[in-house]
Amino acid sequence: MSELGSAPVPEPSDADHRRGAGPVTIVYADFECPFCAALELRLRELALEVVFRHFPVRSSHPRAWPAACAAEAAADQGRFWEMHDLLFSDQARLEDPHLWDRARRLGLDLERFDTDRRGDAVRARVTADFRSGVRAGVVTTPALFAWGDRGAEPVDLAELERRLGSPRTS
Amino acid sequence: MIAGGTSVPEFTLKRADGSDFTRADLEGKTTVFVFYPFAFSPVCTDQLNLYEEVLEDFEAKGATLYGVSCDATYSQTAFKEKLGVTIEQLSDFEPKGATCRAFDAYHEGGFPQRALALIGPDGVVRWSYQAASPGDLPGANLIFDALDA
Repeated sequence: MSELGSAPVPEPSDADHRRGAGPVTIVYADFECPFCAALELRLRELALEVVFRHFPVRSSHPRAWPAACAAEAAADQGRFWEMHDLLFSDQARLEDPHLWDRARRLGLDLERFDTDRRGDAVRARVTADFRSGVRAGVVTTPALFAWGDRGAEPVDLAELERRLGSPRTS
Repeated sequence: MIAGGTSVPEFTLKRADGSDFTRADLEGKTTVFVFYPFAFSPVCTDQLNLYEEVLEDFEAKGATLYGVSCDATYSQTAFKEKLGVTIEQLSDFEPKGATCRAFDAYHEGGFPQRALALIGPDGVVRWSYQAASPGDLPGANLIFDALDA
């Protein structure tokens, strides 16, 4: 069993889910967290490269783990971000039939999707993200970090917007 | 907050079944007391949820976590069941805060500080931590750091 003592936020790599262009921002989030969904909407409007990492906490959000695994199973078929957006778009529907419906809408191989999302590789991926967050001191979601020359720096949305010269408009 | 290297004082907390949990229950075990302000409050909810998620890792280190607050056992049990966590809860309800005071973990506002105490099998505090504010949530990594030290 790997250790969970303090460690820096891991540097973004090709193994991460990355989207957008601009200053790199790492977000630890879970798909059942309403604050994460609200943040994601705002992040899409900003000129950032977003690195998404899973931080599901079962007792807070019972469907966060299955949703994270669904996103990773979709990633195995090249559709992580599409599944990411669909999961955040309707957090009231995260039961298995709703996950299958999303997979169908994305044109995924449903049998493969269902096998993958229950598989060890997907579980290991979600676990690795979660544990990297624990080691970095993440305690709740969403947790944002700006990546720079000195590594990861905890920030909030207002600080990100200030740095981008893009104050909140609504 | 009680300092590392200090022998744990005599204390009595109540388990959910009404029985006593005392200093004698610490002997031969590695124990983490998680002092938290209020059952059902937002930060306490996040704290217990997070620690529950890595409970197997604590167990792998030979450590047993207990939540400690001044809530009555009935409130603690309802809180535990609502969250769906398994971390055992210990009540410092009557006399209110006596154990928290003995650990120097009692907030002047009438509730426990958000604090952690790692106690060795010999009943000596190996490490302790008090959050700068009751609203600050100490990461689980801090406890693992202390367990690994």
